Amino acid sequence: MTPAEIRDAITDILATIAPDDNVEEIRDDVEFREQLELDSMDFLDIVMELRKRFRIQVPEEDYPQLVSMSSTVAYLEPRMNEH
Amino acid sequence: MAHFDAIIIGAGMSGLAAGIRAAYYEKKVCILERHYTIGGLNSFYRLRKRDYDVGLHAVTNYTPKGTKHGPLARLLRQLRFRWDEFDLAQQNYSAVQFPDKQLRFSNDLELLRSEVAREYPDQIDNFERLLTELIDYDDLAPEHFDIDTREWLSEIISDPQLVEMILCPVMWYGNAREHDMDLGQFCIMFRSLFLEGFARPFEGVRLILRKLVKKFRELGGELKLRHGVSQIEVENGTATGVVLDDGTQITADAILSSAGAVETMHLCGQEDSTVTKTVGQMSFIESVASLDCEPKDLGHDATIIFFNDSDTFHWERPHDSLCDLRTGVICTPNNYQYDPSHGPLPDGVMRITAIADYDQWNSLSESEYQSAKTEWQQRAIDSAIRFVPDYQPQIIDTDMFTPTTIRKFTWHDNGAVYGATKKWFSGQSNVKNLYLCGTDQGYVGIIGSIVSGIMIANQYVLQ
Repeated sequence: MTPAEIRDAITDILATIAPDDNVEEIRDDVEFREQLELDSMDFLDIVMELRKRFRIQVPEEDYPQLVSMSSTVAYLEPRMNEH
Repeated sequence: MAHFDAIIIGAGMSGLAAGIRAAYYEKKVCILERHYTIGGLNSFYRLRKRDYDVGLHAVTNYTPKGTKHGPLARLLRQLRFRWDEFDLAQQNYSAVQFPDKQLRFSNDLELLRSEVAREYPDQIDNFERLLTELIDYDDLAPEHFDIDTREWLSEIISDPQLVEMILCPVMWYGNAREHDMDLGQFCIMFRSLFLEGFARPFEGVRLILRKLVKKFRELGGELKLRHGVSQIEVENGTATGVVLDDGTQITADAILSSAGAVETMHLCGQEDSTVTKTVGQMSFIESVASLDCEPKDLGHDATIIFFNDSDTFHWERPHDSLCDLRTGVICTPNNYQYDPSHGPLPDGVMRITAIADYDQWNSLSESEYQSAKTEWQQRAIDSAIRFVPDYQPQIIDTDMFTPTTIRKFTWHDNGAVYGATKKWFSGQSNVKNLYLCGTDQGYVGIIGSIVSGIMIANQYVLQ
């Protein structure tokens, strides 16, 4: 997957988790929680959606890598393309 | 033998919500419900061509569309519902009525503020202090949880009657204990009633239940009605599966029970007096009258009235009569601000709830029970019309439930609507792989139960 495709996939996950938010307007370098006010339960859903959709296991120590769109894409790119 | 990742006992709000979470993340999950229908303590039925809700007066914890925080927003996100799907219409206003005093409140806190200032001008500063304390209160700080609310409240509010007026609706909507309330529970309930608010779907509770079941089934979850669990199998302190009423065995990695703490312990064949003595004592009768007019045509436009006929609010099981009518709740489902596209509800409806004693109702013979129902229905109405216009000439149909009705359909000991007096916030039972969700986990009401199911499934099925 290209970084743009990964970004779309994450946007889709966020739209699923926060259906009343406008995820199209997310800015890549601002933390998700400042734009979407995700709580810890929602954050865990990002991790579980990645597992469900792409069979990617994100270990707990890597959670800080998923704070913003740009860091998430950077983190996922090599892992998505292993498969 | 069938094996599941998770078995959920009870298809009420919490069980269905837990089931959705588990099924959404591809767990093999089965909900077992003894009744022939869903809903548990918040169910619905049809009688003589009229739709009735069982428990619902109001969906508490109402927050407007777009709100990011609070239990409603959280559960919608977690279950992947859009805000509009629950079709929530806000209340007109509600009121606490004591002799010579009335405090109205709505989903806008300003109304309650101005009412306190009007009725208790010397207490308004204290009331503001109370609000600050409650907003800052941390639900999860267990060291404060068991404090008795009456005393805590009296240290802030110096007028004893105002203390009672605040306690009345809060206890009515979720206090399992008699006489006093745990502070933690009080804070949760106060917020859900006064800082958030009341709403109702036009179709009532069945709309929410239908959405939950549809989602659960679409995700591949199995829902088995008329499948009562008679036993939870425990080996060396670990739950391994269940035995159904017909003897069928099913095994699972995790079992979530919404049957109640004491009831679940009994399913395990355990007798632990420290748990048994927490069984709830608060049960109710409810009289539902259908009217040939809108209640507002009689001059009644309040959504819910919490009344109490003396300066002291008595929250206790009656010992020398079947019911206690000194206090009660009058709910009018017509008095919500429904979208005009729905038109009016089919009938006017007045629901009266009063405190009742399970043991005394349960000891009646069938003929005594029938005449007691007729008698106490009339007495409940007589009690209520001290506080609302007399609607009796407009009645076209009535129905009533009693503590034994609640017991019969929910299997909750004593017909205790708010469950056990001690809550299990961690959800962990005394048995490994067996978890409690729903009323006895600690969150009551429709929104509370759904949040409970989500939290317990997240923590013990998905992690």
